[in-house]
Amino acid sequence: MNTGTLNYVKLVGLGLVTLFALIAASYARDLAYQVHMIIFMLVAGGLFLVTLRKTDEPASPIAKDEYFDSVIRAGVIATAFWGVVGFLVGVVIAFQLAFPQLNFEWAQGYANFGRLRPLHTSAVIFAFGGNALIAASFFIVQRTSAARLWGGNLGWFVFWGYQLFIVLAATGYLLGGTQSKEYAEPEWYVDIWLTVVWVAFLLCFLGTLIKRKEPHIYVANWFLLAFIVTVAMLHLVNNISIPVSIWGSKSVQVFSGVQDAMVQWWYGHNAVGFFLTAGFLGMMYYFVPKQAERPVFSYKLSIIHFWALIFLYIWAGPHHLHYTALPDWASTLGMVFSIILWMPSWGGMINGLMTLQGAWDKLRTDPVLRMMVTSLAFYGMSTFEGPMMSIRAVNSLSHYTDWTIGHVHSGALGWNGLITFGMLYYLVPVLWKRERLYSLTLVSWHFWLATIGIVLYAASMWVTGIMEGLMWREVDANGFLVNSFADTVSAKFPMYVVRGLGGVLFLSGAVVMCYNLWMTVKASPAKAKLGTAVPAE
Amino acid sequence: METYSLLREFADSWMLLLLFCVFVGIWFWVIRPGSNAVHDEAKNMIFRNDERPAPTKEANQ
Repeated sequence: MNTGTLNYVKLVGLGLVTLFALIAASYARDLAYQVHMIIFMLVAGGLFLVTLRKTDEPASPIAKDEYFDSVIRAGVIATAFWGVVGFLVGVVIAFQLAFPQLNFEWAQGYANFGRLRPLHTSAVIFAFGGNALIAASFFIVQRTSAARLWGGNLGWFVFWGYQLFIVLAATGYLLGGTQSKEYAEPEWYVDIWLTVVWVAFLLCFLGTLIKRKEPHIYVANWFLLAFIVTVAMLHLVNNISIPVSIWGSKSVQVFSGVQDAMVQWWYGHNAVGFFLTAGFLGMMYYFVPKQAERPVFSYKLSIIHFWALIFLYIWAGPHHLHYTALPDWASTLGMVFSIILWMPSWGGMINGLMTLQGAWDKLRTDPVLRMMVTSLAFYGMSTFEGPMMSIRAVNSLSHYTDWTIGHVHSGALGWNGLITFGMLYYLVPVLWKRERLYSLTLVSWHFWLATIGIVLYAASMWVTGIMEGLMWREVDANGFLVNSFADTVSAKFPMYVVRGLGGVLFLSGAVVMCYNLWMTVKASPAKAKLGTAVPAE
Repeated sequence: METYSLLREFADSWMLLLLFCVFVGIWFWVIRPGSNAVHDEAKNMIFRNDERPAPTKEANQ
């Protein structure tokens, strides 16, 4: 089919979507659905107009001898932007917990803690982390395949389609469109949209691997492919639900009771295992060797690391359900596999750290590398802490307390955050063809702000979590509980303030990074011109 | 026998054994000395083709 005919097909499709969204918006049974249909209508209608204006104009040729970097540049910008948004919402809700007055009366039902909390988790995991992973996947798969990204402009569809998913998810949470599954809150039509985008993402990635000009598939791509495929599987199974009406956002889960809980935490833990671990390990196996300018310490160990993670992680979910209706054998299974996971995780950490063997002096001069190495240290720390907390006896103390929140943040801020910052510092000069970063001093500032922020966060959550756990189980001589729930809440106040301050430090580090990256593009001397097929940015 | 029990028995006997052997097999496959050359080649490939795609099939020559 030539581009002219394809344009007409597109026009018909976009017109139908606009019309349907218009009808749906007027029939809408709830506010979230209505707003989303208006968003769909505006996006499809806008694209209709753009496509119409471009009809019968010659299409700009695709530069086959260049990498498809423009979409990665957009991904870098989106990562930095959503990062700051997600951290900011995190700081807000941290202070809402310390000072409940910040749940303003006029914003009840929209900006209270319960509505903002999923906005924060999804913004940092899926918007910040997701954009970083898509950008990293597109960058790594092209460079290690020595081939341009497959699928023409499909990469742009993945990028913008994913941004639309983020906007739908975020507005949905504020307006109450949620299916109440942690880290899988978006409702049925948003899930369907994400599935479409994700399949396109998989096609881009696989297509590039298939037309690669290198004989071997570099190990980073194995991790990234596992991330894409497994997240697709998790997303599909965990979101099996039946909409109440096609004109409303509510849906009913097909699984119920303990099966639903097990599916949810099979999803939830593997979102950690394959989104936040496998995906980011793909990043690590490419960008750490590149920044250190040395190949990875042991390629054999990296392959064993990969297969061990794949074989083990998928079983670890039941450790979220100790002391519940889940049968004991299942939660014991989850616990045992979580503990075995300690070995491949530390194997991977050692592999990353030892990549610096013979180049440790670079840590004195290169703050970007220092950031990456610190992220590996946090990876090691949180993959030690996690298995420990999955042991049933430890879990009986830690579960439902702030210790869990501290654990998650030492992993997310320390490991995912710092490795992503390291990647951004590596990518911006490469993608915008600058000689160097604007300022290494500012990178050092970012490094220390972020690290001290994480330490304040994790330390205060350890203290408050263990205190809370001990207070809940404290009984007097007659066997009565000593503390009420409100007693633990008031005892936690100082630690909540420290945690909020840690968040402020981490956020200011990210703002410093944005300034530094911006100035790198604006002020650093250019090495060469950007590729020919670059839109104005 | 109902399907669940049948699958369950298969899963925690033969399938478990098979997966375990595959897993251990991967270890031996990876650490065998014959693969050293391939692995050395693979871990250094990230240092080429930085600027643009390779023009021919023989990117590494």
